Amino acid sequence: MAAISRDDVAHLAKLARVEMTPDELDHMAVELEQILGAVKRVQEVATADIPPTSHPLSMSNIFRDDVVKPSLTNEEALSGAPAKAEDRFKVPQILGEE
Amino acid sequence: MTNIHSTAAEMASALSKKEITSVELTKAHLDRIADVDGKLHAFLYVDSEGALVQAAEVDAKRAKGESLSPLAGVPIAVKDILAQKGIPTTAGSKILEGWRPPYDSTVVAKLKAAGVVILGKTNMDEFAMGSSTENSAYGTTQNPWDLTRTPGGSSGGSAAAVAGFEAPLAIGTDTGGSIRQPAALTGIVGVKPTYGGVSRYGVIAYSSSLDQVGPFGRTVLDTALLHEVIAGHDERDSTSINSPVPQVVAAAKRLDVKGMKIGVIKELSGSGFQAGVSARINESIELLVAAGAEIVEVSCPNFEYALAAYYLIAPSEASSNLARFDSMRYGLRVGDDGTKGAEEVMSATREAGFGKEVKRRIILGTYALSSGYYDAYYGSAQKVRTLVKRDFENAFTKADVLISPVTPTTAFKIGEKSNDPVAMYLSDIATIPVNMAGIGGMSLPVGLAEEDGLPVGLQIMAPLMQDDRFYRVGGTLEAALLSKWGKPILSTAPDLAVKK
Repeated sequence: MAAISRDDVAHLAKLARVEMTPDELDHMAVELEQILGAVKRVQEVATADIPPTSHPLSMSNIFRDDVVKPSLTNEEALSGAPAKAEDRFKVPQILGEE
Repeated sequence: MTNIHSTAAEMASALSKKEITSVELTKAHLDRIADVDGKLHAFLYVDSEGALVQAAEVDAKRAKGESLSPLAGVPIAVKDILAQKGIPTTAGSKILEGWRPPYDSTVVAKLKAAGVVILGKTNMDEFAMGSSTENSAYGTTQNPWDLTRTPGGSSGGSAAAVAGFEAPLAIGTDTGGSIRQPAALTGIVGVKPTYGGVSRYGVIAYSSSLDQVGPFGRTVLDTALLHEVIAGHDERDSTSINSPVPQVVAAAKRLDVKGMKIGVIKELSGSGFQAGVSARINESIELLVAAGAEIVEVSCPNFEYALAAYYLIAPSEASSNLARFDSMRYGLRVGDDGTKGAEEVMSATREAGFGKEVKRRIILGTYALSSGYYDAYYGSAQKVRTLVKRDFENAFTKADVLISPVTPTTAFKIGEKSNDPVAMYLSDIATIPVNMAGIGGMSLPVGLAEEDGLPVGLQIMAPLMQDDRFYRVGGTLEAALLSKWGKPILSTAPDLAVKK
């Protein structure tokens, strides 16, 4: 497996929407390399004939009755908002200049 | 006389006999917190006012002769990862500083309905990622046995609060050992119930296929009493198991293991475990034999890959779960000066709000899930999960419960492993397989290691939804140990009190 470069980490950080300082990128590249070195052991036993397990319980399609129940008021739902306006969440621009 | 050193069962009994009021009991614990939490730092928030209101309500109901739940009026500490309406809930992260949830998690709602008095919220590794509380954005919790050592983690605040007599009971969460490991390191009982046994609704998610809420107590019975309060089906958690709660209180009182087969896991014993830890485990095995249990050796050859699989699965799920902290609807927002776009604000907020270990796991998870590496990492880890489940299934054909040490060593020094993530991860080597398979497990204090005088935990594991089995074995062994020691080991821990 290819080594993790600083650029790889920068790309992952961008995908994950986490800004990183140059110093953090340097450290993270080294640490990721170490951690991946330790965890890649899973490949030793993960042969093609073994089915994957994504969840401990085999459950599917859990339904409940579609009944309206009391829920948060508009005010409660907005109570933790960093910014709000006109009973809505106020967010920074998402489509560039309007 | 009932005091903060009593068990929760004794407190409940004294309350029902009206020998003490819940307000008196709650005040005694708030006084203890004021006295010793400067040393322990188990709490992130103490809700004195709310606790006393809740206690007074229970006292009023009792005075009127209303029927109350068994733990009504007994205080509790709750890990700061469970939403509690109107009470600051941070998950140990700066990104949620100051957030007050507009709703109660199901577990908190159940505690309130049962009249269990919530003293406050406890410290933890940020988003439950860690094994020492050193990853909390709000400082490290100290171990009551030795203030230079960690209480373990991630639920280290809850464990320290119970071991330090700040609360008789506490709630934690366990994703890879985060209840059992701190219970072991502080000399108390901690249980990770079967996955789906307790609702995760309102619990801030770390790794959804592994996370489980569970109880801490100073005795097996106390832990069982709390287990029955919080367990049960919840239609708001689609992974909640819709079947009756195992009868854990009755099991804890049974005090009999005659004819039970107890499997010792070969791969989780011997080398790699501190000598004093192994000695205490072996002594427990002898006591179980004397109590009439049959010991069998079982082999779980794939457990050696479980740790590696965990550090792919948990970060992968975390990288997805933590996407919700986007600075738009709640929590921290930085850099929103009117010139920057949403994506820039989001990235800057997550940079400022997440700690080092959280970033490390988000990046690792993003890598493991990215196309080109998915099969090699996340896909392989899921296959190992199948192998670990099969190992347990095979072992449970030979034994009713399985046992092992909880941790390779006793409590480690604060700072000892904080700069070596792989060394820190190794402290969860014996607890992780349980989460991978979704089964339940208990950490039971079984004495002190000879070389350092620190607590040792025995892990007892049972098949899915057979949680009563580890309460039965734990209760029996606890009684045998107590008659050997003459007093609980916690009574030999340092007295932290300043006020006399």
